[in-house]
This record gives sequence, structure tokens and C-alpha cells, in this order.
Amino acid sequence: MKVLIVGSGKTVYFLCKSFTAKGYEVVIINRDHQECVQLARQVSATVVCGDGSDANTLEDAGAMYADAMLAITPNDQDNLIICQLAAIHFGVPRAVALANDPENAEVFQQLGISAFSTTHIIGNLIEQRASLEQVINLLPVGEGRVNVTEIHLDEASPVAGSALSEVTLPKSALVAVVIRENQPIVPRGDDRLLEGDRIVIITLPENHEQVLKIFTGSRK
Amino acid sequence: MKMKNSLYIIIVGCGRLGSYLANQLSRVGHSVVVIDADEQTFNDLSPDFSGFRVVGDATRIAILKEAKLKQADVFFATTHWDNVNLMVAQIARKLFHVPHVLARVFDPHREEIYKQLGIETICPTSVAAEMFLMAVASGKAGEGKKQ
Repeated sequence: MKVLIVGSGKTVYFLCKSFTAKGYEVVIINRDHQECVQLARQVSATVVCGDGSDANTLEDAGAMYADAMLAITPNDQDNLIICQLAAIHFGVPRAVALANDPENAEVFQQLGISAFSTTHIIGNLIEQRASLEQVINLLPVGEGRVNVTEIHLDEASPVAGSALSEVTLPKSALVAVVIRENQPIVPRGDDRLLEGDRIVIITLPENHEQVLKIFTGSRK
Repeated sequence: MKMKNSLYIIIVGCGRLGSYLANQLSRVGHSVVVIDADEQTFNDLSPDFSGFRVVGDATRIAILKEAKLKQADVFFATTHWDNVNLMVAQIARKLFHVPHVLARVFDPHREEIYKQLGIETICPTSVAAEMFLMAVASGKAGEGKKQ
């Protein structure tokens, strides 16, 4: 796999190290000549000095043979154009842009470029860690309009032992899957929830808290 | 003074080109909003400029919304950075469906690629090159040729 990374600083350095350790072929594109020289000494990757949003630079970096493009510069406009050039002009199958402004993540998606926002990711992680320990996983989908949450039902759960039909859920919430002893079950109303189950629920941001409380009980 | 068919025009970048356009368009009666991250650039607007000034980075959607992008009839991206112009032009055209969007792009390669994407661009480099070449072809450049 050949990966192109446009960006600077420690993130690029460590990403490059981890990719090359996995056996990927990495090409780093960076505008700063001095940083390029330093990077070239430190990592076993090709380093191209130039503007990543310039078609000639991308050609020099071998964009036409690349499997993935990662644009993580501090400028959103550059990240967008770099990825569009890679995807549209060079046919790179996967181009991912960093959205420094979290609002731009959605903008990029609408313009056809996969994007991620570290602010979102770190924010979610912290929220997840800080919230109930029964909540194992939380994944926002549909631009954050839907939450998919994995919950562990422990002995204190008020619904352990109840049939699903006895659990009153608000509108627009659903128990999608019950994972019991590593076996996924798509539950029906007469299926019982047991202590030790992990359940995957689908909620909307407006009823999320309320639904969580139903499965975990009120606790601090 | 409002014209009957006054347009709502947003100009991103208040440099030499942006401020010139803003002054001209405001003078003939259009509603003009200029966006620039550097407040100092607004000094280039003429005293009779009657439009609005928005200070901020236009690649932030919040700033574009502040300029009421949704209502715009015309959108010009005239900053000195190709990538900024291309990004905001795409937002205006594709996400806010502004009917007339024009972006200045200095790099002719980039211009070509975005033409394919349906973004209308003006490339000063190609325009100037074209005029130089025309001068040669029309023989004007050869008039003073030494015999």
C-alpha cells in the first residue's frame, strides 16, 4: 500500500513511523525545505519538498500510484484542494482531509471528500470516558444526528431479567442487537435482557440521555 | 440609493482586485458585502462605499453565514490564495447554490481541474499570457524590430 501524507510536525513524523512499520510505502509532502531535510534523515520514507496542492508536486510524489492520500496541514482550504486533486485528477481511491474547523468536516463531506475533525474525535472520546462506565462505545452516525451506543448490562441494571417488550422506550429509540456470550442476537419483544449482556442501542441526541438511564438506572 | 434590479454580491478578499470590484459595484447601486481576515484592507474601500464589511476567515462557514451567503446572487472569490478561492467558491456554488460564482485562480493547472468540477474561474496568468501572445501574433510586438 502506498500512502501520501501532506503535512508537518510531529503528527506526520509519528504517522509515517507507524505506517512504515506496517510495511506501507510512505511519501511525505512538505513545503518547508529544512523540515524536509530533517524528516528525510529520520524516517525511511520518500520526502518531497513542495506544495501539496500543486499538481506537479503530486505527480513527483507518485500520486497516480498512491492508494491513499492524507492531508493534515493546519489549513483547511489546502487539505480540501489537496484531496480533491488527488481524488479527481490522480484517481487516488482514498483521500482523507483533516478539518481543523470542526464545521468544515461536514462541508468537506458534502463536497465529496472524506474528512475528520480531531476536535470531534477527542471531544467524543473524553465524553465517552467521562460518562458511565457501562457505556462501552459510542458512535455518532448520520452527521451526528443518530447515536449508536454499546452498553454493558451489569447487576444494577433495572432492565436485567425483563423481556424487551416490558421495557418502555421513548419514540425513536431501538435496541438493535444483544450480544450474549459473543453471540449477536437481533432481539424480538419476547426476548429477555440478562445481566452480562452487551446491547447496542440506536438513539437520537435528544432522547439519548433518557434511554441510557432506562438501561443503566440512575447513578453517578 | 437602491436600483430596481440591485444584486446582492459577496466578495471574499479585499485586496487590489476585491476592493476595486467592491467600489465599482457599490457605486452602481448593488448591495455589496466584503469579507477579509485583515481589517486593514478595508481602508482601500472608497469613502462612498455603502456596503458591509465582515472581518474574518472565509474558510470558516460561520463567517460565510454571517455574510448571508444564502441570499447572494453573485459571489466573487478574489483572495491571493488559490485554495481559499476554490474552497469558498465550491461552498457558495455547491452547498448554498449561489447562481453566479467566480473564483480567481493563479495556477493554470488548478484552473483546468476546477473547470471540470463546474466552478467558474478566472486565471490572471492565462489571461495575461493570452494577451502577450496575441500581441506577438498581431505583429505589434514586431513593429519596432531591427532591420
